[in-house]
Amino acid sequence: MFGPLTVKPSESKGDKTGSWRTQVRPHYLHKDCIACRMCLMICPEGCVHGKEKNAFWADYNFCKGCGVCADICPKKDIAMVAEEPKGEDK
Amino acid sequence: MENSPLFKSGHTACAGCGQAIAARLVIEAAGANTIVANNTGCLEVFSTKYPETAWGVPWIHSLFENGAAVASGIEAALIYLGKKDTINVIAQGGDGSTADIGLQALSGMLERGHDILYVCYDNEAYMNTGVQRSGLTPFDTNTTTSPSGARSSGNIRPKKPMPEICLAHGIPYVATASAGFPQDLTRKVKKAISIKGPKYIQVHVPCPLGWRHETNQMLPVAKLAVETGLYPLFEYENSVLVNRRQFTPKPVEEYLKSQGRFKHLLNNPEEIKKIQEIADNNIKKYNLKVEA
Amino acid sequence: MKEFVEGSHAVAQIIKACQPGVISAYPITPQTHIVEDLAQLVANGELKAQFVNVESEHSAASVVLGASATGVRVYTATSSQGLFYMQEVVFNIAGMRLPVVMTCANRAISAPINIWNDQQDSVSLRDAGWIQIYAEDNQEAVDFHLIGYRLAEDRRVMLPVMVCMDGFILTHGMETVDLPEQDKVNKFLPNYNPLYKLDPAEPISMGLLADPDYYMETRFAIQETMKASLGYLSEISSEFNTVFGRDYKDLLVQEYQTKDADKVIVAMGSVCGTIKEVVDEQRAKGKKVGLLRIITYRPFPYTRVYEALKDVPRVAVLDKAVSLGAYAPLAVEMKAAFYGKNKGPKVISSFVGGLGGRDITLESIHEVFRRLTAKEVNSDFIDLKPELLKEEYGK
Repeated sequence: MFGPLTVKPSESKGDKTGSWRTQVRPHYLHKDCIACRMCLMICPEGCVHGKEKNAFWADYNFCKGCGVCADICPKKDIAMVAEEPKGEDK
Repeated sequence: MENSPLFKSGHTACAGCGQAIAARLVIEAAGANTIVANNTGCLEVFSTKYPETAWGVPWIHSLFENGAAVASGIEAALIYLGKKDTINVIAQGGDGSTADIGLQALSGMLERGHDILYVCYDNEAYMNTGVQRSGLTPFDTNTTTSPSGARSSGNIRPKKPMPEICLAHGIPYVATASAGFPQDLTRKVKKAISIKGPKYIQVHVPCPLGWRHETNQMLPVAKLAVETGLYPLFEYENSVLVNRRQFTPKPVEEYLKSQGRFKHLLNNPEEIKKIQEIADNNIKKYNLKVEA
Repeated sequence: MKEFVEGSHAVAQIIKACQPGVISAYPITPQTHIVEDLAQLVANGELKAQFVNVESEHSAASVVLGASATGVRVYTATSSQGLFYMQEVVFNIAGMRLPVVMTCANRAISAPINIWNDQQDSVSLRDAGWIQIYAEDNQEAVDFHLIGYRLAEDRRVMLPVMVCMDGFILTHGMETVDLPEQDKVNKFLPNYNPLYKLDPAEPISMGLLADPDYYMETRFAIQETMKASLGYLSEISSEFNTVFGRDYKDLLVQEYQTKDADKVIVAMGSVCGTIKEVVDEQRAKGKKVGLLRIITYRPFPYTRVYEALKDVPRVAVLDKAVSLGAYAPLAVEMKAAFYGKNKGPKVISSFVGGLGGRDITLESIHEVFRRLTAKEVNSDFIDLKPELLKEEYGK
């Protein structure tokens, strides 16, 4: 007999940590983005996605609103805006 | 790296956690053909709470102090199976599990020459248990077991020189890195993985909770640590210093002002002077000042 | 093939035949000869294993944990202080359901420091979730390691096995031992086929944090597996007999002249050899005495013990360990086996002897039978030297 022992990555969906946001969320302006990918690289959650210029976005299901992406963006193309009432919606 | 399956979203690290950033960059740099042995600590706890796991690579946690020894066993098994050449082995843990309780296992792993990369995530205290002082807590830092008070200005000892201790073992690669310099960290991990033998990388990772700074301040705080000289970034290959990050030094007070854990020093010029001395010694030792 | 060899050497030979992929141990008397032999076998190319010389027992156990988790058969050995130093890893290995096999060369526990035999070390770790089997002689020491791997790696079990052999008495004693041939070992012991392992081809996470919603079931599962293993031991013993022609019956207990006995001693390990001699001698004189040897201590065979001794009026339990402040460990199990039952001994007296390697002689066993009277005694130390005891320190 075996109890809870191991987990496969495919079995794990992760906690919906987007629900942690209470104050701000990152708003990707899609204006001056140069696709440097620093926001994607620096996100502690790994929830920033994108490839092309002005096409990067944060997955609000997981984004905790820390603001590091906005801080690192060399073009200031990410603004931390007030959190919406229904947090997880994109 | 995009939609990274190697370290997934949905883990329960604090918002803005420097260690989460570093851990993800490390495993992305090492790649999918990597097995990770993790010590107990923040990273282990927030990334693998049953039934969730953030790890897309094979990953094992045993105890607080034995990651280096467990990794040694994994490496030995891979050699036996004839698979070591295609699979990387990483042992990792925080500053406490590396410099204190896990020092013995780490030293043994380095001395035996295992082909393993050891990564120390240095947030300068036992963060997972509530910000207690560790061997890598800097001088005069306020932690819960080295608190500042009427009779104390915080931690009375300097940082244990872990990179130097690892260097003394004669291993082929020793480096320091910082979550505030993500591309540098990635480069160093890739370089280390390409070298055979024991490797040590110590990554400075700001902790918004333990260091008392806003979650979006990770980069400025990490940069100031480096650019005051308090956290030199350097690389040694085969005991020769091959690279260090040079800068125009900023006064340590700027770094101390950026975090609550040094708040008690701001009206204490005598203590600030001692810390400036530590920074100046680093700058001199590693030749960190950019020539005019 | 029969050879007259030192016990340690015999164990090294069977481990070689079991072909572990990773061996890691730290030197401690009296386990050293086993590990030194294995090192030489690897150095000679006779054993293709990775031999990892670690800096402590904690790391030795951690190395075999990591290697076992990577899907490789492993081996380690230790005693006494070494076992205690690796204690948290020992519990960890069982909790992670890794089929590690370890030799415990039983030795006394500090303080005071003492390198001679008793069973305080392995008995103190009885709660760890390891299957514990005690050898009476070197033939058993050899056979139980082979059986240990077979049992540990059984996919219904996946629990680590500790083979306990009395330090010096067995490890350094010379006996004629039938060392199993490689082809027979291969027949009896299949290749290790892990349930799960660390492999980039199929990534998994092992050793996760289990909060109150998940933890208890892992312990329950081990408890249930332990109970089921009581039966698997019989199965495996039967297979072993078929291949090697040595019958360990249910591998749980050995009933030696207990059928019609008035007095039976219960014990574990090499002291049973001495007890058997006294039993034979007494039986020749018409005295109805016997020995119940406990072979498997964990899982504890309560039902077999009950069956064996339910009609025996007086039982003496001879512990080579002590639970300071309470009844002796083996005695406690024995009493528990009969509590609440309709039948059972009128007296179960508990004796402690042999600690720190104090010799248990034929005379000592006679003394135990003599002290086994209608009046029950608890933790009665035999062969004690009262002249060494003072009521007050320094007088």
